[in-house]
Amino acid sequence: MTSAGRADSGSPRRRQAGSLLRGLVGPALAFVGILAVIAIVWETAKLIGGVPWREVAGVPIDPPWNPPLRIGLFNDVNLPHVWEIVGAFFQPPSRRSEFTLGALLIDAAIFTWRGAAIGFVIGAVVGLLLAIVFVHSRLLERALVPYVIASQTVPIIALAPMVVLWIGRDWPSVALISAYLTFFPVTIAGIRGLASPDPRALELMRSYAAGRWTILRKVRLPAALPYLFTALKISATASVVGAIVAEAPTGIPGGLGRAIITFNQQYASGPQKLWATVIACAAVGILFFLLVRAAELLTLRGRQQPAT
Amino acid sequence: MMRRLGYYAPAIAVFVGGLVAWELLVRGLEIERFLLPPPSDIAGALVGEWPVLVEAGTNTLIEALGGFAIGLVAGLVVAFATARFALARGALMPFAIAANAIPIIAFAPIMNNWFGVTSPVSKMMIVAMLVFFPVMINTVRGLTSASPATLELMRSYAASEITVLRKVRIPAALPYFFTAIRVGATLSLIGAVVGEYFGGSSRALGRFIVENASFLRFAEAWAAIIIAASLGIGFYLIIIGLERVVMPWHESMRERT
Amino acid sequence: MTRSDSAPVVDIRGIYKEFEVDGSRTLALDGIDLAISPGEFVSLIGPSGCGKSTLLRLIGDLTGPTRGSIEVNGKPARQARSDRDYGMVFQAPVLFDWRTIEANVQLPLEIVGVGTDERRRRASEMIDLVELSEFGRHHPWQLSGGMQQRAAIARALVIQPKLLLMDEPFGALDEMTRERMNSELLRIWERTGTTVVFVTHSIPEAVFLSSRVVVMSARPGRLTHVIGIDLPRPRDESTRELDRYYELVTEVREALKAGRGPVTEESEMAAEFGARVSPEHTP
Repeated sequence: MTSAGRADSGSPRRRQAGSLLRGLVGPALAFVGILAVIAIVWETAKLIGGVPWREVAGVPIDPPWNPPLRIGLFNDVNLPHVWEIVGAFFQPPSRRSEFTLGALLIDAAIFTWRGAAIGFVIGAVVGLLLAIVFVHSRLLERALVPYVIASQTVPIIALAPMVVLWIGRDWPSVALISAYLTFFPVTIAGIRGLASPDPRALELMRSYAAGRWTILRKVRLPAALPYLFTALKISATASVVGAIVAEAPTGIPGGLGRAIITFNQQYASGPQKLWATVIACAAVGILFFLLVRAAELLTLRGRQQPAT
Repeated sequence: MMRRLGYYAPAIAVFVGGLVAWELLVRGLEIERFLLPPPSDIAGALVGEWPVLVEAGTNTLIEALGGFAIGLVAGLVVAFATARFALARGALMPFAIAANAIPIIAFAPIMNNWFGVTSPVSKMMIVAMLVFFPVMINTVRGLTSASPATLELMRSYAASEITVLRKVRIPAALPYFFTAIRVGATLSLIGAVVGEYFGGSSRALGRFIVENASFLRFAEAWAAIIIAASLGIGFYLIIIGLERVVMPWHESMRERT
Repeated sequence: MTRSDSAPVVDIRGIYKEFEVDGSRTLALDGIDLAISPGEFVSLIGPSGCGKSTLLRLIGDLTGPTRGSIEVNGKPARQARSDRDYGMVFQAPVLFDWRTIEANVQLPLEIVGVGTDERRRRASEMIDLVELSEFGRHHPWQLSGGMQQRAAIARALVIQPKLLLMDEPFGALDEMTRERMNSELLRIWERTGTTVVFVTHSIPEAVFLSSRVVVMSARPGRLTHVIGIDLPRPRDESTRELDRYYELVTEVREALKAGRGPVTEESEMAAEFGARVSPEHTP
């Protein structure tokens, strides 16, 4: 009864592969399912509380259906039809454009993701190095960690407009801000993870007369990996947020942030274009997260899941 | 008291040293003042713009607190509704975790269109979305974190579901919940400020920063950042204080073990 | 083997328990019959995977039998659990970090709905009994493992159960603490007159504590021997030096050897999964 959950079938390897697959298919189905539910709720809301169908400039043209409740928020500008949003991907955003919105958004997403990913890598490396330093030096830890923490209770992306003005309106600014947002979770998790080995494991290493470097490589870093991945998953999202926030208010051309600003200005005439852009932003965030999660599963396979 | 001071001495030394080095570097290297203003300029801007900053800070704080409250309540309601049912939890959690990876700030323009660019409600909704997911995810995790051994103990008492919830699940969820609202406290201020970047009343910190920065008035922008930072830290510290009152038993509060 | 005439506290009849592991069903308990009289101290001993913990959890209705019936205090086990007729002590103390020792001991009384004053009085009585009076206001993590387990015993006894079920309660303690806890448990048992069913791995512990030792074999779990322990009471440290004590230890050891069949990984796993729904306690 209660033991069923633990009694997996097959050999350990098959069991692992099986649970990995099951671990992906289930959530993916659940995700699609909930998206479908949202779409249905969305359209139902429009059907019951929206505006009459085929309304032009507020004047209904022979409405085939009049919603019983008229809720102002549920109009075609605020809640465009689901199919209109999907359709927007396959149409050019303006008459002058020779590409579909989907193609443009993929380009923009790659631009934004590149900035975010470069920043992510820099931030992760810097974050880990800082953690290594702090774990080995109490003095530096006491002197600097409060600022590492304070730097994040601060709306540090508030700096984004200035950083862009310093460095220029291109991806290095984006990468810098993403790096800044990435390093903090990695540093904090790194300090905890590197300090997580059992003191007896450290004593064992000392009994082998192992140096700090060896202990770091053989004990501390492997023990820190689960912690680091937890942080990297947070950082993946944060770096994308950082990239968009760096791009948007300053209008760095080429990325999703700029696309948001552009299509926000066209919201009244074509709200589905902004919605499509927001979906592209969400996709970048989720895909980056899944990429890190996949790396985590690969690196930590064969380990017990961490308690957190 | 003295020992605590001694403990923080290195941090204080870095703070003072950093400020002095910053001031001297900017003056010594003759960096353009508008690019990196020295601390003394920022202090001047802080004093000079004080009434404006207080008004902007108040408006931003209202947005942050309002959004925090909405997100908190919504997150708790959904968490309690789903934690009870394994199926709902199984379906909702992957979605919530994926949604948590979404750059929610991208919704800011849509919220502006829905609730009005200058309305504080549009910023509150962004903050609420930012706060909702960590609160919901962590509360569900917390409510399901009670160990099988404790549940078996409660079963041996033939305890009802409500009793198990009150005596075991909720206390076990508290540390998770507080982790979430600590994150939420920080996010709410950041969310309000960044939400304003996408448009909003100029009597709020985000617009104030963007507008001053675009006129290269960096000292004023920095002054606003300091206000935003102080509000964020203050909110965070209040949550930590609350945590100590509510969970004096928790590991993180233990002086010794 | 003394049996009083009064109705048994625990009456186990024809119990079979199967577990499903890797899609195949494994018999963990095979036709167990056992009656335990009021005031007895019965130890269940056997190799890993013999189902002794499962048997204990069946008595407590923490799991159900595949076949057979169990009566506690003359009623079905489920009813007995609903009536809070027994107290249970696990291998891990299972104390709540957010409650003081006092509040932990009061927990079952809170659940039953006893008033505050009465709760305080009874809890402090039990805390005195297990000699933790000075630590009532402490939190569990401020106490040693032995003290935590004493608190768990106080919590089990606070509802004044007729039956105390103990699942390797001292298994995680060091040998010296364990012996001291054994003596204390006997003292408490003699003062309260509670019937005890005690699962253990340790032969000396079983002999020292029990009025009867029930020896089980693995794969499938069966009762092989029931050995009456006729050591004089009250028992104390000197009991461990009696010749009769050594004879009985040897007798239990021989019984365990005789009952040992071939043990396979499969049967071990089956019994482990059955016995430990709760994962090993991690400190």
